[in-house]
Amino acid sequence: MIEIRKLLIQRNGRDALQIDSLDIKHGETLAVVGPNGAGKSTLLLALARLLKPSDGGVIFNGSQLARLDDLEYRRKISFVFQDPLLLDMTVEQNIALGLKFRKVPKEEIHARVWSWIKQLEIESLAKRRASQLSGGEAQRVSLARAFVLEPELLLLDEPFAALDPPTRAKLLEDLSALLAQDHRTAVFVTHNLNEAAKLSHRIAVIVNGMLRQVGTAKQIKSHPADETVKAFLQELPQ
Amino acid sequence: MFDSEIAQITLLSLQVSAIATLISLLIGLPFGTWLALGDFRGRAFILSIINTGMALPPVVVGLVIAIMLWRSGPLGSLRLIYTPIAIIIAQTIIAAPVVTGLTAAALEALDPRLRQQLLGLGASRGQMVWYLWREARLPLLAALMAGFGSVISEVGASMMVGGNIRGQTRVLTTAIVLETSKGEFGTALALSTLLLVLTYLINLALTWIQQRGRKADWQSAPRK
Repeated sequence: MIEIRKLLIQRNGRDALQIDSLDIKHGETLAVVGPNGAGKSTLLLALARLLKPSDGGVIFNGSQLARLDDLEYRRKISFVFQDPLLLDMTVEQNIALGLKFRKVPKEEIHARVWSWIKQLEIESLAKRRASQLSGGEAQRVSLARAFVLEPELLLLDEPFAALDPPTRAKLLEDLSALLAQDHRTAVFVTHNLNEAAKLSHRIAVIVNGMLRQVGTAKQIKSHPADETVKAFLQELPQ
Repeated sequence: MFDSEIAQITLLSLQVSAIATLISLLIGLPFGTWLALGDFRGRAFILSIINTGMALPPVVVGLVIAIMLWRSGPLGSLRLIYTPIAIIIAQTIIAAPVVTGLTAAALEALDPRLRQQLLGLGASRGQMVWYLWREARLPLLAALMAGFGSVISEVGASMMVGGNIRGQTRVLTTAIVLETSKGEFGTALALSTLLLVLTYLINLALTWIQQRGRKADWQSAPRK
């Protein structure tokens, strides 16, 4: 579904990300791990076409990303950031936002929004304003807002990093179930290798702006590709 | 001064300042948005010019517009000097930088990732800007109030390009100056009170609109 070839992203005059070759299959969840500033979020922004590559590119369903219409492509994907970034409106209106952008009929918006409100068990929050939510509730709303769009590609940038451990564990479980049930293609950025292993089919390790290794958690732990991956694994909390 | 004359002066003051504020909004909202969201060379320089423009002395604006519109001036053939249109032009030049600068500041104060989030949800550029305006509606209304405040209260430009002609270009501020110069302090004070009350009522209405969203938040019980 996605083929990344000789991708180079430069930010503030320096190479922020270099990937020689990386494929993501349809229905696959790929976790991207690496230390702070490694280039993980840069990869997501490039996949969302919010950053333009300096060289190389991304092929999406056989078409060069650069040749696709910007808006048309962005309406095939959905992005969840570390902070929920909800707008100052009710939970229901927030979840409906992407569908409104796509000019989906009102009745359909209502049905789809409520279907996801129920799936994420946030019925009691539906009429509440976003500013009245706790961190975990807000992130649950942001997941509903992304899933309701039924995107071909779901991009998740450390969505649970700012949450307390119990909320994080519960949301991770729910997300894992949603991804398994939906067979949706997703790229999930995290610091946590255990989270990555739980949620994804494969893991990509990015260190210092370079893709170092792709494999299962077991493969990466038992056979780190190089010293940088080994050093990254050693720094992770056991 | 007769009641009908006061009513005519008041109405003209409101008309001229409301039109100037509206034109300033039509210029300042898109221009301020472009400055806030743009990433181009010279952006900081343009912002510094706009910020300087926010403190533009009305008499200087009045002088420049008077030179331009004077019968022998470059735009003299338009015969706009000493007309309400001339006052509107001058007041627009005073209010537009205020609205532009405060619009840019209001949008720059939003989380920059909100733009990426809106685009990431499939917003077109227009939809993104609309929802950013919606998020910044409180400071944007403050920009509108500041723009209106800067023109309803100015006297220098209105006097210079309007000429304070009775029944034609006399507005509340120029009438106050005239009555004071004649020693008619009672009339000047009455007109000043009228100006203050009008300004207060308009700002009260805008503040009410501005605070409606906040009140809705405050009324719903917090969960945390």
